[in-house]
Amino acid sequence: MFQIFKFNGGVKPPSHKTQSVTEPIGVAPLPSRLVVPLHQSIGGTPRPVVKTGDRVLKGQLIGEADGWISAAVHAPTSGTVRDVGMYLQPHPSGLTAASVVIEPDGKDEWIERVPVDYRKLSLPEVQKALQQAGIVGLGGAAFPAHGKLVAPAQNPIDTLVINGGECEPFITCDDMLMRERAEGVVRGTAIYRDLLQARQVLIGIEDNKPEAVAAMREAVARLGEDFQVVAVPAIYPAGSAKQLIRMLTGKEVPSGKLPTTIGIQCYNVATAYATWRAIEFGEPLISRLLTITGNVERPRNWEVLVGTPIDELLALAGPKADTDGVIMGGPMMGFAVPDAQVSIIKASNCLIARSPGLFPPNLPEMPCIRCGECARACPADLQPYEMYWFARAKNFGKAQEYHVFDCIECGCCSFVCPSHIPLVQYFRFAKSEIWARERDKQAADTAKNRYEFKLEREEREKAEKAEKLAKAAAAQAAKKAAEQAAAEQAGAAADVAPSTATTPPADDPEAAKKAAIAAAMERAAAQRAAAQPQNTDALTPAQQQEIDQIEARRAQAGIAEDTAASEKNQP
Amino acid sequence: MLTAIAIMALGAILLGAMLGFASIKFKVEGDPLVEKIDSLLPQTQCGQCGYPGCRPYAEAIAKGEEINLCPPGGTEGVQKLADLLGREVKPLNAEEKPKQIAIIDENTCIGCTLCIQACPVDAIVGAAKQMHTIVAKLCTGCELCLPPCPVECISMEPVPETLQNWKWKHPVFAIKPVPPQKAA
Repeated sequence: MFQIFKFNGGVKPPSHKTQSVTEPIGVAPLPSRLVVPLHQSIGGTPRPVVKTGDRVLKGQLIGEADGWISAAVHAPTSGTVRDVGMYLQPHPSGLTAASVVIEPDGKDEWIERVPVDYRKLSLPEVQKALQQAGIVGLGGAAFPAHGKLVAPAQNPIDTLVINGGECEPFITCDDMLMRERAEGVVRGTAIYRDLLQARQVLIGIEDNKPEAVAAMREAVARLGEDFQVVAVPAIYPAGSAKQLIRMLTGKEVPSGKLPTTIGIQCYNVATAYATWRAIEFGEPLISRLLTITGNVERPRNWEVLVGTPIDELLALAGPKADTDGVIMGGPMMGFAVPDAQVSIIKASNCLIARSPGLFPPNLPEMPCIRCGECARACPADLQPYEMYWFARAKNFGKAQEYHVFDCIECGCCSFVCPSHIPLVQYFRFAKSEIWARERDKQAADTAKNRYEFKLEREEREKAEKAEKLAKAAAAQAAKKAAEQAAAEQAGAAADVAPSTATTPPADDPEAAKKAAIAAAMERAAAQRAAAQPQNTDALTPAQQQEIDQIEARRAQAGIAEDTAASEKNQP
Repeated sequence: MLTAIAIMALGAILLGAMLGFASIKFKVEGDPLVEKIDSLLPQTQCGQCGYPGCRPYAEAIAKGEEINLCPPGGTEGVQKLADLLGREVKPLNAEEKPKQIAIIDENTCIGCTLCIQACPVDAIVGAAKQMHTIVAKLCTGCELCLPPCPVECISMEPVPETLQNWKWKHPVFAIKPVPPQKAA
């Protein structure tokens, strides 16, 4: 019997999962337009490689990965690029960001798909292929999947954990994926097992999904793999990577470290499935499963294209009359979308139509009574009531001392708080303020380095200039001395009186400089005297005649002398 | 009596020698306090404090200058300096501005290179009689490029909010006026 460990805390909110699993996965119809944001994963923003008016094929690259932690973005269907510009994002900020708008042509014509034979390639080549296919973590964080593939030689991985927890209420897309496409998930898991050379593979699924557990066990047995499919107790947040790792292995990921430091790596089931599609069929990540549920007539899971506008998807499910908003993600960690026009991104797993009955308005926040409920509920073993004080007082140093960065923002503390304090909001606020300060500090360091470099460069340039001047002056003096010597030799008997005084000794830089300037001015004067207006030689008789006429008119007007005078003044 | 004096004298000589040795061996270049103050300043090198750069101001603070002269550092900067030096927090002697960066109107720029020479962090690129532009990522918003520009083509713009620098807002209590209750 497999031993399952426990993590501290956690809550059991009502699951609301049964509504959306009655129907099989549906394929959403092509939307009227697709707005594909370029920045869909953690890391650099991909650079657009298409422009307005271009025809693109399904799966064609439209955003090129920028840097190592960044994943490519592809056209979800064939059509015409209508715009590359700033569009509202599915993000709590309600800000816009660069997106590519594609009008589908209805043909859904694929680009040439090239499967990747990962067994014959080196790890960096497979990583490159996954980055090119735009594979990111589909559990919610959207971390580029290739970035998590550590080289087995440097960092041996003992256990590969595949996360089928899906602990948030309402969401069932991973559940349906495992029920209907278990084979793909298992094959994708095998790819990661091979790449990481993991000794054992544990697939953790919450025990409120018995169908998914059975389907996965059946697929593992059929494919002859030795993966262990483990049903873990359904307690929120069992689907969080760190908590699932603890439940399955009994090991705790150290504070501020990655699971790889204790020989464990974790992928979501949907990521494994998408990886298998990319490796086996050469399909980039352009669609995902999405639960549409909540206050709707027909809750169901749909396979949707990345970039599909939310309002068109909601129409499929038939929102009820009293729907007053949409939540993207789950009720614990999701956010209200700023506008129904925003589109689905790779990280979106669920849309919940909100109604006052389903989500009563937040009760007013009351003072903390230090009951300690939040600390008992915290799955990361933190003290939310302490961090709350410091975050509220903007004492971020103290908040950091209480490990605010170990907070996984699961929302358990806010859920249990009898004073209805939105604790997670405070921790998110503290985290983003600390990050902003970190960025400011880095900017200040860069500015300081650049300023110091500039000062140093200016000093160096000054020194170099002085040196150059001195050298030129010395050369000039030497030349003068040589000339003088020659003159003296030539007219040795003659009365040589001049220029002994004017030739300065070479070791007097001031005099040398003066001499150099005098010489330069003499040369310039000679050049000026020699210079002729260049556009007045080789004139045709007609031109000459014209000039003469002009001169005559000028003489008549009496301005010739003035001009000459002013010319004299402007050398 | 004599032994006592001899022992004291010997001790004094010994300790003096040790102190002398230590002062040579463990000599600290520069003032460590200045380093600490300097690391708290925003390094814009803008001179708004009246000193030619952040380091000179740090040196002045170490010698007793006021700590509230740095507008880019803001009230928070004053707070940090006060914490470090154990001084009283004073209100900033200028109004606090949101972080800005300089933008060159490239239609008006004549390519005089004066702003390039003025920029303390080399954040302006361009050549003589060529259009100049500002590398937004490196600009500290010091405004030192504004005065030398002969055609006034440089303006300061607040840094736009993007998904990368967006911050969660402070969750505040919603304080609403209580509607006046009618006397029953």
